[in-house]
Amino acid sequence: MYEIACPHCGPRAQTEFTYERTVDAVVDPAADAHTAMQALFTRANPMGLDEEIWRHTYGCRAWMVLTRHRVTHVIEAVKAIGPEALA
Amino acid sequence: MKTPYSAFSLLRGALNGQKHWQPAWRDPEPRSSYDVIIIGGGGHGLATAYYLAKVHGITNVAVLEKSWIGGGNTGRNTTLVRSNYRLPQLHNLFEFGLKLWHGMSDELNYNVMFSPRGAMFLGHNDGDMIKLAERGDAMRCDGIDAELLSPKQIAKLEPLLDLSRGARFPIDGALIQWRAGTARHDAVAWGYARAADALGVDIIQKCEVTGFVRDGNRITGVETTRGRILGGRTGICVAGHSGQVAGLAGLKLPIESQTLQALVTEGVKPMVQSVVMSQSLHCYISQSDKGGIVMGGDPDNWPSYARRGQPTVVEGAIAQAVSIMPALSRLRMLRTWSGVTDMSFDGAPIIGPTPIDGLYLNGGWCYGGFKATPASGWTYAHTLATGKAHELNAPFSLERFMTGATIDETAVGPMPNHR
Amino acid sequence: MSGPARAPSGDETIPFTFDGTAYRARPGDTLAAALLANGVGLVARSFKYHRPRGIMSAGIEEPNALVTVGTGGRTEPNTRATDVFVYPGLVAKSQNRWPSLSFDVAAIFGLAAPALGAGFYYKTFFGPAKHWMRYEGFIRRAAGLGDAPTEADPDNFSQVAGFCDVLVVGSGPAGLKAALEAAEAGNRVFLVEQDAVPGGSLLRDPDSGLDPAAMIQRIEALGGKVLLRTTASGYWDHNFLTLTQRLVEPGAVPTNGFAQRLWHVRAGRVVLATGLIERPVPFAGNDLPGVMLSQAVRSYIRRWGVVPGQRVVIATNNDDAYLTAAAIIEAGAQVVALLDARASGPAAPAGVTVYHDARPAGATGRKHGLRKVTAVIGGSEQSFDADLLAMSGGFVPVSHLHMQAGGKLVWDEAAQAFIPGETPQVCETIGSAISPPPAPAVAPAGKAKKSFVDFQNDVSLADIDLAWQEGYRSVEHLKRYTTLGMATDQGKTSNMVALARLAEKQGVTVPQAGLTTFRPPFTPVTMGLLAGAGARNAGAHVRRIPLHALHEAHDPIWQPLGYWFRPRAYPVNGENLAQAALREAQTVRTVAGLSDVSTLGKFEVSGPDAAKLLELVCATTVGKLATGRGRYTFMLREDGFVFDDGTVWRLAEDRYLLTSSTGGADRMAGHLSYVRQVLRPDLKCSVVNVQEHYAGIALAGPRARSILAALTGAEPPRHMGYAPGTLAGTPVHVLAASYSGERAFEIHVEASHAEQVWQAIEDATRAEGGAPYGLEAMELLRIEKGHVVVGGEVDGRSTPHDLGLGGMLGKAGGFVGAAGLTRPALSAAGRNNFVGLVSLDGPIPEGGMLITRAGTSPQGHVTAAARRILEGGAIALALLQDGHKRHGEELTVSSPTRGEKARVRVTSPHFYDPAGERYRD
Repeated sequence: MYEIACPHCGPRAQTEFTYERTVDAVVDPAADAHTAMQALFTRANPMGLDEEIWRHTYGCRAWMVLTRHRVTHVIEAVKAIGPEALA
Repeated sequence: MKTPYSAFSLLRGALNGQKHWQPAWRDPEPRSSYDVIIIGGGGHGLATAYYLAKVHGITNVAVLEKSWIGGGNTGRNTTLVRSNYRLPQLHNLFEFGLKLWHGMSDELNYNVMFSPRGAMFLGHNDGDMIKLAERGDAMRCDGIDAELLSPKQIAKLEPLLDLSRGARFPIDGALIQWRAGTARHDAVAWGYARAADALGVDIIQKCEVTGFVRDGNRITGVETTRGRILGGRTGICVAGHSGQVAGLAGLKLPIESQTLQALVTEGVKPMVQSVVMSQSLHCYISQSDKGGIVMGGDPDNWPSYARRGQPTVVEGAIAQAVSIMPALSRLRMLRTWSGVTDMSFDGAPIIGPTPIDGLYLNGGWCYGGFKATPASGWTYAHTLATGKAHELNAPFSLERFMTGATIDETAVGPMPNHR
Repeated sequence: MSGPARAPSGDETIPFTFDGTAYRARPGDTLAAALLANGVGLVARSFKYHRPRGIMSAGIEEPNALVTVGTGGRTEPNTRATDVFVYPGLVAKSQNRWPSLSFDVAAIFGLAAPALGAGFYYKTFFGPAKHWMRYEGFIRRAAGLGDAPTEADPDNFSQVAGFCDVLVVGSGPAGLKAALEAAEAGNRVFLVEQDAVPGGSLLRDPDSGLDPAAMIQRIEALGGKVLLRTTASGYWDHNFLTLTQRLVEPGAVPTNGFAQRLWHVRAGRVVLATGLIERPVPFAGNDLPGVMLSQAVRSYIRRWGVVPGQRVVIATNNDDAYLTAAAIIEAGAQVVALLDARASGPAAPAGVTVYHDARPAGATGRKHGLRKVTAVIGGSEQSFDADLLAMSGGFVPVSHLHMQAGGKLVWDEAAQAFIPGETPQVCETIGSAISPPPAPAVAPAGKAKKSFVDFQNDVSLADIDLAWQEGYRSVEHLKRYTTLGMATDQGKTSNMVALARLAEKQGVTVPQAGLTTFRPPFTPVTMGLLAGAGARNAGAHVRRIPLHALHEAHDPIWQPLGYWFRPRAYPVNGENLAQAALREAQTVRTVAGLSDVSTLGKFEVSGPDAAKLLELVCATTVGKLATGRGRYTFMLREDGFVFDDGTVWRLAEDRYLLTSSTGGADRMAGHLSYVRQVLRPDLKCSVVNVQEHYAGIALAGPRARSILAALTGAEPPRHMGYAPGTLAGTPVHVLAASYSGERAFEIHVEASHAEQVWQAIEDATRAEGGAPYGLEAMELLRIEKGHVVVGGEVDGRSTPHDLGLGGMLGKAGGFVGAAGLTRPALSAAGRNNFVGLVSLDGPIPEGGMLITRAGTSPQGHVTAAARRILEGGAIALALLQDGHKRHGEELTVSSPTRGEKARVRVTSPHFYDPAGERYRD
């Protein structure tokens, strides 16, 4: 049960969050078909750090990128994304 | 020559302190080259080696195991064996395996305690029952056993299920596969290992593959912690860590590793006769021969290699189990454990060649690999022996994700965390 | 033991029974203490050989003394007699014996033991799988331990969250000091103790400088929380721990309905003061009643005043057991011999004969205690008459939680023990658990076969040797082959003894031999506690629609739909479901009906870029939609398959309403958010989920238009038009969409005002001869009309083309899923296409397989079956291989599981008004 530091709400229990996908698996709607399917269907799946998109689904519902270790489960960074982060 | 296992031989042992038994498998030094190298000494890898030797006469085979054989998901699952899938590609593959399960103890001269006690999916509303009938009809039309049970028939088999109408998920019926059941998971690895070893296969434990030997677009062997080993064909068979090993060859797979937890309670006298699953809920319940109730639920649906689960996931599965079988309440959870599952991006396994010559992949078993052990081994052995897919594993190619011919039983699409 | 081990003092006020015999206990007695006090030494039978077993320990590590306590739905099998405090009326029973504890027929397995060594079952019982099942039946009945409960649990279990700065586990001297220090430093402190009283080892070895009660009082006064009878059972990621608290003892009736409480605690820092568990000594007969751990003997004497033997042999490899000798002398019993495996030791109490280089080799017993102990002293055997043997093979630090936290262990050679090392979490171990006393390795004496290591599972040194001989040499193989450490005590007393044997076999040191991993929970946890309130509802709450109460008045048949419940039909005059649904559907076709569609997914998308977002989400053209108009739409997953459908409406210049299916509404909410927030954060638009903000009422039928016109006082919009309106004094959105195939409207109204609007529409509809209709009638209507439904034809494996929707795809592309849709298999031959079926004989079984005359392998399946609503005759919708090209073909629908069959002709799925003339202007 992780403690995830939501950039908007502060530290919250993992049960409030859902995992979406890794950052490199985000499919650009404008990408060509091959690039899009490569992004959708392959993963580095490292035994180490990866950048992952999570959502505070049962909280503020905002999206964020976690830099998280797949073995130790240490969350090294949490970064807000979405319109607020653009502003 | 190893002493065959038999009741007579056990009795003989009673007089000599069981001193006549040999090691179940040798502990050989790796040779410099083999016809086939199998990376991974789990049930699937060992079964592959056995069928390579037994069916294809290829005995110059090495099984390389990083740790100890059967130590991955083979030794961490909930031991369910069934072939009751809706999609024909899946039920045909698993049914081929189920037939092998039924003769496995004799074939291997190792009692794997396969117990065809029946596996049922409960239906909790009309929609569930139609879906179950559809699945059963699809199976029956392909010659696989499936039977719908009424609540009365369920009550006879599993009287401790809550069959009251007021239940949150009332039980309207079930689809049972009588020939399905459970087996002793460790024994499957050990039985295949012993039988493969007897046919000449080298099982090499504590031998981690650290890289591939490459000649252009061809893999010609592996680098290991015990030196370089060359191979004619090399088969990856390390579900849970497929991405890691394939990554050594530069491949990225349609696989994400997740944690799947399971648990067992303290032992009690028989209270669950069959394997109970549900069409609407995500828990499965059976009772081991030692009396423990073995249970599992959904994976922790985010990536991890930690073999360390999230407690509320297990609590959720237990809530579901206790709600359908209230008498479980005062049993005690004795042990939880986790496995690292290869979650493929359509929920189905991958068995076949890779884009690199001489390198083959068997993985992506999600949370359902144990039951496939014999079918997986059989078809993978065929593929490694001939270089071509067997008709049963032909649909389970790696390229299906790019072509779109995915095999999506739960129909939720490419995200394993939605599965 | 011969006779009661504690002289009555008059405090024996608590009546309880064991196997039907009435006894009395003193307050504070564990069941084990009370049984020993009453002279009961034989308490249980072992798992495999049904050997007689007594009480070995005084704590949670007890492998032998398992009993069933409680009755009915509160029955708790496999309860350690050392871990239940006697309460008035406690009912305890022995287990795993027949017909009685003292005469157990299955003890015959013990005679067959030479043939039943480690893993014997892998070597026999061959033949077909069904033969194995016959043997298995015997094995299953012989195995297990306690009888399974058969009744539902009458009690509740609570689950709470907790937060603290410092969580201290263990209230022994180290834990008490650490908790007090932390509390004095201003921290929020939790102190957790599994025992009913604080003190830990102080209860056995009091220290005049430490008063647990006073320290607890001080910690609580500083705001600390002291949780007694609470076990820290799991240590998870990010300093999250699960604590299990017994509010009443096993089997007891709780005062407030709650038997136990589960704590989910996030701790800033964790201090593990978890102490030590004593190691048993392997020798032949070390499992008999009358063989106890040395510290346990001391505990029974000092804490409970129970003297479990009068003539005691002590066997040790360390100094601690000398304290036990002192306690025995204090209690007036006799230490017959103190066998010290070492060449020298500390001074012994007066009257104790110490033998050095002395190891126990065997013991024989009578029913409730020992008869004789044999020892090897300096190479020669010597026997002692004794009724109790107190053994100490050294100590094992309790490092379970440390390991669960991901901590490493380091080897302490002097103590022959693993102690906690580095940990990745904010956690430290203190006290005796990191400083176990020295205790050298000792080679076992006595016959290996009867020298038990795992007592409960009957694993002996000989079993370990056999596993080694057969090649099961890694610790994990050994454990799994012999079942060592798999019993309910989880190897607390056996793991180290076994590892030592394995190391000896391998000729390596213990740390080289390996170590098994400790997994949660530390001690077994009641399933009902983990289930909590979810035991009553599977953790699935019920979502009620805004009009629930109003429907309830009609006593409908309810239909679960995800977490929702919706009316399925409103039977009248004793109708069954099918009769009611048909009447309701006929009413819609001929007059008008109204139905609750509140659960539809509903999203308001607004802003200058709203259309851009919708063009991304919807696979159909949206941008050209005029204000006040709507359109059917569907959405693709990124892999190109259809995953939901609905309608999109342009309410105003830059404001749209998107509807989607009930079942997919939560998923759609997530998808919209992902597309908007992650894919296109640059867009100027907002998405608001208004699913539960609006209730939805569908009004359908030939008279729907006139009914609505009268109610709103305005001409309703034409087909696929939108208009705001007022109905029953309430603002509403009117969407002219038809799902049924008739002229129809969806009226969306703020949920809090829905009742008056429904009531007005219902009254007006009934006045025209119409009626409410439920989901079942809706299904009949849509099947006849040939609309696809998510979860039916939209099965997550279908393309737009498969569903006959290919023509509606946005030509410009650019929507989510466009790339996935270009993959070759999504347009290859042989795909399942959406078709209709007309029966040539009887009803068509829903879910049945479509087969040709030639083959048996299914070429498709029936997704929904119905009948023509007015004309009669069975029809169905189906997915069929290459179905678009097979209209007119005759096939068989086969349902072997239901023994049903029907001959059908493949048709277009649009059975009713294919041109849509009934709802167009």
